[in-house]
Amino acid sequence: METRHRDLTPDLFESAPLTAQEGERIAGPPISFWKDSWIRLTKNRGALISLGVIVVLFALAFVIGPLLSPYSPYGQDLTRRYLGPTSEFWFGTDKFGRDMWTRVWAGTRVSLYIGLLAAFLDIFVGVVYGAVSGFLGGRVDDVMQRVIEVLNGIPYLVVAILMMVIFQPGILTITIALGITGWTYMARIVRGRMLQLKEQEFALASRSLGASRFRLVWKHLLPNSLGPIIINLMFTIPSAIFGEAFLSFIGLGIQVPKASLGSLISDAASEMRFHPYLLWFPAAVFCLLMICFNLLGDGLRDALDPKMRK
Amino acid sequence: MIRYVARRVAYMLVALFVIATVTFFISKLLPGSPFANPKLTPHIRQMLEEKYGLDEPVYVQYVKYMLNVAQGDLGNSFFFESRPVTQMILKGLPVSAFIGIQAVIFGLVVGLVLGIVAALRHNTVWDTLAVVIAVLGVSAPSFILGPLLQYWLGVKLGLFPIAFFESWWHSVLPSLALAVFVISTVARFIRSEMLEVMGQDYTTLARAKGLSGLAVIIRHVLRNSLIPLVTVMAPLTIYIITGSLVVEQIFAVPGIGEQFVTSIFVSDYSMILGTTLFFSVLFIFALLIQDIMYGIIDPRIRVSGAKE
Repeated sequence: METRHRDLTPDLFESAPLTAQEGERIAGPPISFWKDSWIRLTKNRGALISLGVIVVLFALAFVIGPLLSPYSPYGQDLTRRYLGPTSEFWFGTDKFGRDMWTRVWAGTRVSLYIGLLAAFLDIFVGVVYGAVSGFLGGRVDDVMQRVIEVLNGIPYLVVAILMMVIFQPGILTITIALGITGWTYMARIVRGRMLQLKEQEFALASRSLGASRFRLVWKHLLPNSLGPIIINLMFTIPSAIFGEAFLSFIGLGIQVPKASLGSLISDAASEMRFHPYLLWFPAAVFCLLMICFNLLGDGLRDALDPKMRK
Repeated sequence: MIRYVARRVAYMLVALFVIATVTFFISKLLPGSPFANPKLTPHIRQMLEEKYGLDEPVYVQYVKYMLNVAQGDLGNSFFFESRPVTQMILKGLPVSAFIGIQAVIFGLVVGLVLGIVAALRHNTVWDTLAVVIAVLGVSAPSFILGPLLQYWLGVKLGLFPIAFFESWWHSVLPSLALAVFVISTVARFIRSEMLEVMGQDYTTLARAKGLSGLAVIIRHVLRNSLIPLVTVMAPLTIYIITGSLVVEQIFAVPGIGEQFVTSIFVSDYSMILGTTLFFSVLFIFALLIQDIMYGIIDPRIRVSGAKE
């Protein structure tokens, strides 16, 4: 930087007294944590577009998709086998003449259902487990953590495959397999937050005002842990969706004639030399779903936890 | 340190014990018996059951099973000519391991380069490109990449053979399909680690001491960024195992994954349970090595117990 030599004399300065009122004035309207996070999120174009795409996919899968086509995802008609994408069958038809458009959306419904379910389990099992473990502490915490460490050593895939072997493969079995293993990471995160928060002054203040344990956790500790909980949820969802599609791909998930994106991709992969369009549509929808949830997760992490921003 | 390792090993043994117990009781719950053939006379069936110990009480069978498993005997396959499951696993292992390790090495190298370039050229086109590749790679699973690679590089361009495992050329596409996820995971990880380290005071100090840019990057930034890479070891192991199931099926590679999927379709229970047990052992071992390495590298972990 260029500096010029100049004599500093008092007449160059002007006094600017700070009155008591001036010091107390708040420069802008107060912004809550959630509003602040929302503003940060809306500045992230990728996350916002992803949120929009997810909403559109939900609408397409549950409402618009089935409405736009008169065909059922199971209706077979061997006279119209392997029709490429046409104005009648937008995504073409498969080897039994079933309409791929409705089948793809039926598969998307399964994926979204699994994603939502994983999120619920994370909240109801993971958060509760973590909160109890972290809040009670001591011996209870010790035992609960040992249980998690053993569960962590058992890969999700193994549990899922064993479940599929004993019970009928299907959406209920995937649900149970998810329930056994899917929530441990969330429990660890919530426990860490609890351990950290329960020693802080606001918890002490609430306790000395006579708040019950439940109220302390529910009204003070959990709301203060919402950020990490939401961030973790957003990464649980795509990994659960992936897990279901993977199991369906190797034939252990959703069974025929029901459709899942994984089983559609699996069927299409064996025929793709001759009918590649069968692969494009389910694969594209699946990738879109995964990309959007991942980008939204990244965006939420940056918005809710600016320190984590890289 | 010894206490820490002992604790990790103890958890590992408990987890293995739980898994082995669960697989045993699942095999008892399964419908049907291997000797349900109506042609067998009751006498022969009784003899067979005696031979395999099926006439004994369940707890005796359980103890025997656990002792066998501890010695690496996983029973005989029902489908693959009654060969021992252990032998089948050992037969498929070299092929699966070759493809998996090749994918990890390739993925590590490319991922490191991509991540380092992205961090050094932060907020430029290169950075954006790396981030886009990383997000796409995490979002497009191997069961979509496999058919796509097969179609474009194999069928359309004819660069590589699309199925079977006869030469090194045959391993290129399966490894590539597995490597994409490794590339994006590693690139993402290294990029964010390096950006964090580059903002630390000791990096500024190193620069202030007058070290050249390259020396700072290699001696200080890179070294400190590579350490946490240990934590992706267990997730990558599990990814390579699950990936091998689909990738070997897509490319008709005769590895463990392909055998496993076949055994699921023909309900070869002893094969399914044995392979599941083997996969769990692999995963738990990877987890153990990861925890121990992390304990060596970062003394804080040893004191607190496990990584959070």
